Amino acid sequence: MQKRTLSVLVENTAGVLSQVTRLFSRKRYNIESLAVGTVEDPRISRITIITTGDDKMIQQLTSQLRKLQPVISMQLLEDSTSVSRELSLIKVRADTKEKRDEIMQIVNIFRVFVIDIAKECMTIAVVGDGSKTEALLKLLEEFEIMEMARTGVISLERGTKTIYNEGKENEEFTIGKGLSKNLVYDTITESGADRSVE
Amino acid sequence: MKIKGAKIVIECLLEQGVDTVFGYPGVSIIDIYDELFKYQDKITHILTAHEQGAAHAADGYARVSDKPGVCLATSGPGATNLITGMAAAFMDSSPVIFITCNVPDSLLGKDAFQEVDIVGIAMPITKNTYLVRRAEDLADTIREAFALAVSGRKGPVLIDITANAVREYAEYTPMDPQNYLKKVFAYRRNISHIEKTFSTEELKKAKAILESAKCPLVLAGGGVVWSKAEEQLKNFAAKIDAPIVSTMMGLGTVSSKDENFLGMLGSYGEAAAEWACKNCDLLIAVGVRFSDRVTGRIDTFAPKAKKFHIDIDRAEIDKNVPADYYIVGDAAHVLEGLTPHISQQDHEEWKLLARHKKIDEKEWRKSSKLTALAVMGVIREITDENTRFVTDVGQHQIWASTMLPHNYPRQFITSGGYGAMGFGLGASIGAKIADASKTVLHITGDGSFRMNCTELATEYRYKVPIITVVINNHSLGLVKQRQHRDFENRIFQTLLDDRPDFAALAMAYGIPGVKVKNEEELRQALKSAVASKAGCVIECTISPMEEVKVRFGRKRN
Repeated sequence: MQKRTLSVLVENTAGVLSQVTRLFSRKRYNIESLAVGTVEDPRISRITIITTGDDKMIQQLTSQLRKLQPVISMQLLEDSTSVSRELSLIKVRADTKEKRDEIMQIVNIFRVFVIDIAKECMTIAVVGDGSKTEALLKLLEEFEIMEMARTGVISLERGTKTIYNEGKENEEFTIGKGLSKNLVYDTITESGADRSVE
Repeated sequence: MKIKGAKIVIECLLEQGVDTVFGYPGVSIIDIYDELFKYQDKITHILTAHEQGAAHAADGYARVSDKPGVCLATSGPGATNLITGMAAAFMDSSPVIFITCNVPDSLLGKDAFQEVDIVGIAMPITKNTYLVRRAEDLADTIREAFALAVSGRKGPVLIDITANAVREYAEYTPMDPQNYLKKVFAYRRNISHIEKTFSTEELKKAKAILESAKCPLVLAGGGVVWSKAEEQLKNFAAKIDAPIVSTMMGLGTVSSKDENFLGMLGSYGEAAAEWACKNCDLLIAVGVRFSDRVTGRIDTFAPKAKKFHIDIDRAEIDKNVPADYYIVGDAAHVLEGLTPHISQQDHEEWKLLARHKKIDEKEWRKSSKLTALAVMGVIREITDENTRFVTDVGQHQIWASTMLPHNYPRQFITSGGYGAMGFGLGASIGAKIADASKTVLHITGDGSFRMNCTELATEYRYKVPIITVVINNHSLGLVKQRQHRDFENRIFQTLLDDRPDFAALAMAYGIPGVKVKNEEELRQALKSAVASKAGCVIECTISPMEEVKVRFGRKRN
């Protein structure tokens, strides 16, 4: 069992996310992290999912995912060949000057930002690959963490390779699938990596 | 010109060449029915007794006509009644367009009367689901749905339309579906696609594997039927000189009269097929998804064989049985591309050996009482090639799949993957409407027939002549058989040792019903039914003790 990062390009329409996550729940696989957002073309969204599983399970899952009509492309990202970041917002109680100073010191060392400050508390924004957030949280433990929010990890492959790159598998999966209307996918597949944004 | 949403729906159906729809009205879908009223000369609506019957009928229609079936239902309970039919179509890759209407957009999510999130419910059992909330989105959605249903691995698609969308007016421009398909979809038999993926390298590898086999075996599945690849399969098997077995969904791809056909493979399959699968060194599976009913335990399935998997659905490769080599593509197309590159093989000895394992289990001892074997024997005797067999699910289905002749694809229609009891009568009606030239013989059991016998009303209403043979063993035989074998004979809740009187029931629906007690009576009843070209129900009572042959059951699973 190992941690796997799945990056999925989907049509940006209602219900697609539940179609994607349904595949995980059907087999009782837990999603550890999920991040969704549109890409440069607002008709397309990118979903980044982190889950744990063995090779066989991941292979099954990716096959089923690719098969979904609204899924345009998908990529399995390896930690060693990809970069990932996650944003967390942490609200800590800081009701005395000493506490505020101490927190500011930690903030400076970690090179994170204070994005809101009030009399009683501060909100810190941390961008990192997850482990940084964990380390920061550990240090902030002695102050009271009032609440926090995490975006979930987003990842991209290092180098010129992108999710649009055509592989044999990607091609096999397009048999009988609608290259959904109006999507720029047609131009993507034709021009490969040199992708011109409409 | 702006026209009403409901009219757009009908116009789009006409674009797709739809002339028959199955369904059941309700208040939410009333606008579409009002348009159907105006288009009666172009589209025939078949009103079933229950939405499930409509779903199965559209499924049966799709299987026989090779066009997508269309099924309409209203919101809420109407829509949820479709679910079993939808799942059955999905498991057997049957293209059916389900159109439901939901409450108006403004009431969605407010638990309005007869509201249900059918799009959410249907997601796992369709290729895709659509919720249309505005009239202007209707045309393109319907076009996409039709294209999706028949492209690649076929399957059902659901379009849920809010009641306001069918009432509103929107711009409509007719469009040739072929153009739409070409524009938006990867084509079903996309030659360029295969040429691209079928590199010389791969071809070399495929050739090497196919030519090195000593005891090859071809396993034909439902994909061969959907792809209409029976000719290509025959040529391919002849070239590599291999015997052929099939799954239940693949029955008919090779005529059961063909001496190289060893029969159905699987838990209820035939001995020769099982033997060949155990002993082959190369299994070429075409259009097969390796269901557990075919394989049993994976580690004991075709243990000596390399697996060569050909399927149109990439997600099927390595899903159940790991493939040593695979090609993704339409069966007809892949086989057509592959065959000329292989040199003629000769495995006469292996074929002969396999052929010798064939046992004729079809003979029956004459007795005064009816047996399942006798019923099947009489059906074989009376019916000709022009008869289509449609079954329900249970023991009778196994008997029909192993003992009746399957001479061409679609001669045998059954709910293979989903095993939905109650499939038979609805599917029979669909099959008969799709192709009236064939006699439709519906073989069912008392358990299955109890479920959807209400469709006798549809049979009567539209004068669809279906010959229903109810093999009544007063029990849910297949389950009872399991209880008998695996649960120390604790027969529980599987005996139906009381009414109904199926012959009388048929008569209540206005369909001639007859009870037969022995072979001769059955012969007479069948003969006159076939000759009369009218529907009827023939009830054959057999002993509840009869069991089907099981190759492997729970223990092996």
